[in-house]
Amino acid sequence: MNDDSKNEPPSSSQMGFIARFLNDTEIDTRLLGMLGALALIWGGFHFYGVVFNNFGAFLTPRNLWNLSVQTSSIGIMATGMVLVIVTRNIDLSVGSMIGVIAMAMGLLQVEILPQIVGIGHWSIWMMAVIVGLIFGTLIGALHGWLIAYREIPAFIVTLGGLMVWRGMAFLSAGGRTISPVDGTFALLGGGPYGAIGAVGSWAVGLTACLGVAYTIYAGRKSRIKHNFRLRPKWAEAMLALVGCSAIIGAVLLVNSYPWPKGIVRQYGAKIGQDLEGTFISHGFAIPVLILITVGILMTILVTRTRFGRYVFAIGGNPEAAALAGIDTKWVTMKVFALMGMLTAVAAVIASARLNSATNALGTLDELYVIAAAVIGGTSLSGGVGKIYGAILGALVMQSLQSGMVLIGFDSAIQRIVVGVVLVLAVYLDILYNKRVK
Amino acid sequence: MTQKHTPLVNLKNISISFGGIKAVDKVSVDLYPGEVVGLLGHNGAGKSTLIKCLSGAYQADAGEIFINGKKVIINNPRDARDQNIETIYQTLALADNLDAASNLFLGRELIGPGGFLDESKMEAETRKIMARLNPNFQKFNEPVSALSGGQRQSVAIARAVYFDAKILIMDEPTAALGPQESEMVSELIQQLKKQGLGIFLIEHDIHNVMKLCDRASVMKNGLLVGTERVGDVTEDDILSMIILGKNPKVKV
Repeated sequence: MNDDSKNEPPSSSQMGFIARFLNDTEIDTRLLGMLGALALIWGGFHFYGVVFNNFGAFLTPRNLWNLSVQTSSIGIMATGMVLVIVTRNIDLSVGSMIGVIAMAMGLLQVEILPQIVGIGHWSIWMMAVIVGLIFGTLIGALHGWLIAYREIPAFIVTLGGLMVWRGMAFLSAGGRTISPVDGTFALLGGGPYGAIGAVGSWAVGLTACLGVAYTIYAGRKSRIKHNFRLRPKWAEAMLALVGCSAIIGAVLLVNSYPWPKGIVRQYGAKIGQDLEGTFISHGFAIPVLILITVGILMTILVTRTRFGRYVFAIGGNPEAAALAGIDTKWVTMKVFALMGMLTAVAAVIASARLNSATNALGTLDELYVIAAAVIGGTSLSGGVGKIYGAILGALVMQSLQSGMVLIGFDSAIQRIVVGVVLVLAVYLDILYNKRVK
Repeated sequence: MTQKHTPLVNLKNISISFGGIKAVDKVSVDLYPGEVVGLLGHNGAGKSTLIKCLSGAYQADAGEIFINGKKVIINNPRDARDQNIETIYQTLALADNLDAASNLFLGRELIGPGGFLDESKMEAETRKIMARLNPNFQKFNEPVSALSGGQRQSVAIARAVYFDAKILIMDEPTAALGPQESEMVSELIQQLKKQGLGIFLIEHDIHNVMKLCDRASVMKNGLLVGTERVGDVTEDDILSMIILGKNPKVKV
């Protein structure tokens, strides 16, 4: 059934140095492209600051730390949006869902729960988060049910959702802002107290390094067991080294961003010590750790489980998936329920960071989330997308955004730039795919 | 007709309509182990629709399906697979964005410890079966969209053969293939036949029918024109059944 015997990958000696390097390390060229774009954006903004403002504010621990926090909520939703878009759907409602879920959690912890368990009770934040997650999952499941079982196009269902949930967010408290949120809840949004400090960050970093090493080791063992092609030893070592260096670098970075003087003084007063002039590191912010955890779990879900496999099969060929015995409707509904749950996680972070719930929270987020997924290589025609790509996409979007704020572009120009970059990124992606084929 | 033992498959009075049009109207066909039955007819005659009732893609409005003499209900492709019925669709029904192993095991993934997909095992199994079916096949880590027509066909066939099919449905398996690849499919059909599989073969090429099939059932406009042993009729007889919808052996 086959006449072209020349379909083996060309042997290493026939390739140029770069091609050989990529082939041996099996690094995704798209990943390199995105990292390159990111380096360009970061360096560009910093350089612009140095030249025109006499101060490069971008590549500072403070800005990068804030950038990581700002990326969290969009990044978390973008991982879910990957699955939605991979199944050839879209979700326009996530921004409005943030609003209504945040309002529900805000009302619960500020007005309802304190009357039941008492003000400041330790369980308030947990109950608020759990109710928020359930609420988000149910909204998503409702969207998914309408889309999969009632066969209403996702664009329409979620466009309706965009309006309905924003309206509900307003009605739920008559347009009031609910604040301040529970003290423990607020930690989930970051800030000096919502970060894990220097020691915690080292622990996370070293664990992550061990994780990288183990993943590479386990992968190699499995390839040996089945006699598959192995990466050369130097490539494995280099990947481990680069991975660990990046992690250690991140730890050093977040640890070099100290608490502001006022917070140190406040904290000192609270524990009864004079900490004047002490260097207290922020360390990784909690929302960033949530993003990383979500990213890892979603990657496992997508690449290692039947559910993930079915999501991609449906995106590649819905008929073939159905003929293979996959319950495509049920999978689609679960994808939207998952999107709803992740949106609730993002709502927790967004409202905790703001220390309040407002009915306008998350406005326009749907567009940033979709843009992040698409910049990260998710194809709108379905079947193709990567979780890490979406997170990097969110980082790219957020870098542009906060970079322009730093150098003083006003919001009209920010929008123009973000819009142009989105179109350009997709165009480059199309060119790239044509070259690959 | 062979009546020595119970047929492997017996489709009895199958009817199905779409929007008031009877796509298949009270059609009965059967299939014995080690036999190849050709299904013939013009486009729109109802062959593919009939066979999709057996593969679980459609549910018949009326009629019964017997497997080894036992009545079964086939509501979806999963039910069909449970009866060891495998189908190679004309479109191949491959998810183009997934690699060969993912397609081969689609819907029946191998699960390793911890409940996760056992990718390595699936790839190893795929390499084994492809070594048998198509020894030149090497593109195991690329999406099947990157494969040639023949390679894609071999993935679809591997999927049907791997899971110990007893009943195989092939919808125009050689339509998109070159002569050499078609020849390999023919050889495979002979080989599977020897192993005792029953094969329904939807085929337009009358030479292939005469060469590969034991019996031929001809359909026209949703009705069964007749079923004849290929050895008892000429090509012209079958062609006239297809074109005129009349069985020349049945004297009016």
